[in-house]
Parts: sequence; C-alpha cells; structure tokens
Amino acid sequence: MPPKIKALIMEARDMDRALTRIAHEILERNKGTQDLVLIGIKMRGDILAERLAAKIKNIEGTAVPFGAMDITFYRDDAGTHKPEKAPSPTELPFDVNKKKIILVDDVLYTGRSARAAIDQIIDFGRPTFIQYAVLVDRGHREFPIHADYVGKNIPSAAKEQVLVRVKENDGKDEVVIAEEGE
Amino acid sequence: MSWKSKDLLTLEELSAGEISLILDTASSFKEVSSRSVKKVPALRGRTVVLFFHEPSTRTRTSFELAAKRLSADILNIQTAGSSLVKGETLIDTLKTLEAMTIDAIVVRHKSSGVPQMLANVTPATVINAGDGAHEHPTQGLLDLFTIREQKGKVEGLTVTIVGDITHSRVARSNIHGLLKLGAKVRVCAPPTLLPAGIEKMGVTVFNDLDKALEGTDVVYVLRLQLERQKNNLFPTIREYSMTFGVNNERLKRAKKDAIVMHPGPMNRGVEISSGVADGPQSVIDDQVTNGVAVRMAVLYLLQGESNEKPS
Repeated sequence: MPPKIKALIMEARDMDRALTRIAHEILERNKGTQDLVLIGIKMRGDILAERLAAKIKNIEGTAVPFGAMDITFYRDDAGTHKPEKAPSPTELPFDVNKKKIILVDDVLYTGRSARAAIDQIIDFGRPTFIQYAVLVDRGHREFPIHADYVGKNIPSAAKEQVLVRVKENDGKDEVVIAEEGE
Repeated sequence: MSWKSKDLLTLEELSAGEISLILDTASSFKEVSSRSVKKVPALRGRTVVLFFHEPSTRTRTSFELAAKRLSADILNIQTAGSSLVKGETLIDTLKTLEAMTIDAIVVRHKSSGVPQMLANVTPATVINAGDGAHEHPTQGLLDLFTIREQKGKVEGLTVTIVGDITHSRVARSNIHGLLKLGAKVRVCAPPTLLPAGIEKMGVTVFNDLDKALEGTDVVYVLRLQLERQKNNLFPTIREYSMTFGVNNERLKRAKKDAIVMHPGPMNRGVEISSGVADGPQSVIDDQVTNGVAVRMAVLYLLQGESNEKPS
C-alpha cells in the first residue's frame, strides 16, 4: 500500500531557498571553496549535492567537485536486511585525502546512514574533516550524530514518514509527511 | 524485488528478474573492486567454506577473493588432506562443519546434484560452484554480466556456443540464463558431443561451425575437456581443432563487433587460436574480473535472508 500523504511541508521554492541558504552557510563557515568537495548519499542526497554545487558555483564562481555514494554495503544491518532494489555504484571522481568533505543527505533521522557514510569515506582515505548537510532533520536520533547545516527541522512521529521528492527521480520537488504504508 | 532463496544451485530455477537483480548488484561490487581499499563490511563476521572436490584455480580464488572483499572469514577444504580420504561421507563432513557454525558453503563436485543434496540437509547457504555436467551457475552469471556490459543488453542477441556441450556444465548454465534473458542461442559441436534432445532446451543446433558463426553477436568457446574424452568421441584433437577450432579466419563470419568468450582454462591451438584468445574481440580477461563482482553479489544476496526477516 502506498503511503498516505498527511501534509505538504516544503514546496519546490522552499527547498530551493533552503539549499541557497545552506550553500551560503557552507561558504561562510569554510571561508570559500578551497579543498571543498560534496558527497551525496544515494538515492536523493546525490541530487541535492549536485544542486548545492551549482549554487556554490553561482555564488563563488568556482566549481566544487561532487560525488555520489551508495551506503548499502556499510549499513549496520547489511547482513540481515536486503534492499528491494539493487544498490547503485558509488561514484567519487576525486581523491578524498586532505579534502574538506560536505556530506549531503535528504533526511536526517536515526543517524545510521551518516555513520555508514562516514565509515565508507574513511575507507577511501583521510579527509581533513567531514561536515554534514541535510535538507530535513526529523529528529529521533539513535546515534550521536548531528548535522552542521539543516534546511528545515520537522518534528515528526516515529510512525510517520518524511519524504523528500526531487524532480529528477520523482517528477517534482517537495517535502511531505506521510502515514506509513503497509 | 528482494532475494528469497537460501541457496544458488542452478540458473534453471531462477527467474529473469532474479538474474537481473544479481547482475545489477554485481555492478556496484565491480566499483568496489576498483577502489584502493577493495573491501566493504557487508559480511563481517560471517564464515564461508570453500568445499572443492575437483581441481579449480579461477573459480576457487574468485570465490575466495569475493568473500574476503565482503569481510567474511574463509575456510578452504579440498578432498586431499580432508577426512574424506579417510572415508567420511560428504554429509558427515558437512555436519562437522555446521557444528562449527558456518554460514555458507561453496561446493564443487564431480557428481551432478551434490550441491542440491547438501542444501537439503543444511540450514547454511549452499552455492553450486560446478557439479558434474549439470550446472555452474556463477559462471553463467558472470558470462551474462560480461555480455550485458559489452553489448548493453542480452535480449535479442545471438550467442553461439561452440564445443563439448555434453560434458559442459558451463554450457548448460549459460543456455538457461541466456534464454531467460531473451537471447537466441546456437550450439555447435560434433554430434557425439551434443546431448540427445538438446534442441528441446530451445537452442538451434549446428554441426558446421562456419554456419553457426554467421552473423552472431557472441562466440562462446567451450574448453575441450581432454580429461573426460576417453571414449573416442572424435578422431583426433588435430581434427577437432580443424573442424571446430575458432580462429581469426572463421571469426570473420561473426558480426564485426562480435565478442569472444571462454570460461578457461584454455587449450590454446585446440578449441581457440592464440590470435583469437589474445585478439581485440576477446573479453576473456573481463570475464575473470567480472567473476569476482558477480560472486560478491551472490554471496551478499544469499546471506542473511535465511535466518532473519528484514524489519
């Protein structure tokens, strides 16, 4: 059964504004784009990372490399949980050593995805640091993880779903709260 | 779709969707093998036993690397040096291993059906790494992966399999897999090396190699299994080579962009000339590379489903 939509939280222009603000915050905090790279967690964080890279280019005039990472094999339930769809390959077109990495995801929930992503990045090399940017923080953390840049805080109940949709994958840009489907 | 089965015994029993899921998953593992740290923690703490009762270099090392790159622990057991030479039955050996809490067994045996027999009595995952003349499913999968990678698809391609079909588990797994994914399959061999009724599998039979190669997209050359040829099934190796050996001259009959495959080990100058094996159309090395990725996908997909259901 598909999830039942309860509320529209962000429309396309809200998402765009939030990403614009995050792009400015990243530049402000890191004082420019020196050694900066963006890594998005598939399947939507990579699209948001690409958009952030475009915004940073607009603001600063320099192109920031971005990559996409699939964390399936690093999940803490990788041995017992199998995804419905085959994982897609990780694409990091740069060396992570001595880079300032901005990890990008759509929703921060338990913090488990971020843990898996950090472990995977470290298998690629030793970055200078990793900062974490999310479009939505919905609470309910199970790991000691926090985001450095947040598009919007959305208090939610555990039985609800917070769905970020992007036009590349889902036809339109929006963030909705849905009742968990069967 | 997600993976349901505990074991991988044949390609005959898999659906096109299940085969595609394995191939898609293998693409991600191929990327892992291109990293400087070629390892992911997906099977950390699991134990995989490699139980080989026939000589093997590439399949065993390929499985071993695959399991290691998934962070699993490996146990190698070969007939020589095991209690099997003292007369222990296979099932008793299996029970002993099981008592040490293993998670998966990769088995190769000269008799068809051994992996099935073991799978019936153990809760552990059983993966067939070649049983007699029956099937060699992971070889079939890596061949499908290689064809898909080279050609972009499998559906609609014409694949010609040349050589000793009767004794070939590789041929049987490939025929099942290729037909399920929508390829047209031709087989070509002397009548003595073709099993009776092979056309019932849905393949077209040729006895003339030149005709079989005409317009084909993939030329799959089987190894002439010299160790199994004791019954004078063909007059001499020289004659076999002249009639059924693939060389550059013959290859011209296939499509210009046809690829040449061989499961290894090759008898150079017998079923395949060195010119073809090392030529620009050969993807034999790609097959070996892809074997590791495909076996990682199989181990990954099979592990975990048997014991616990996903939440």
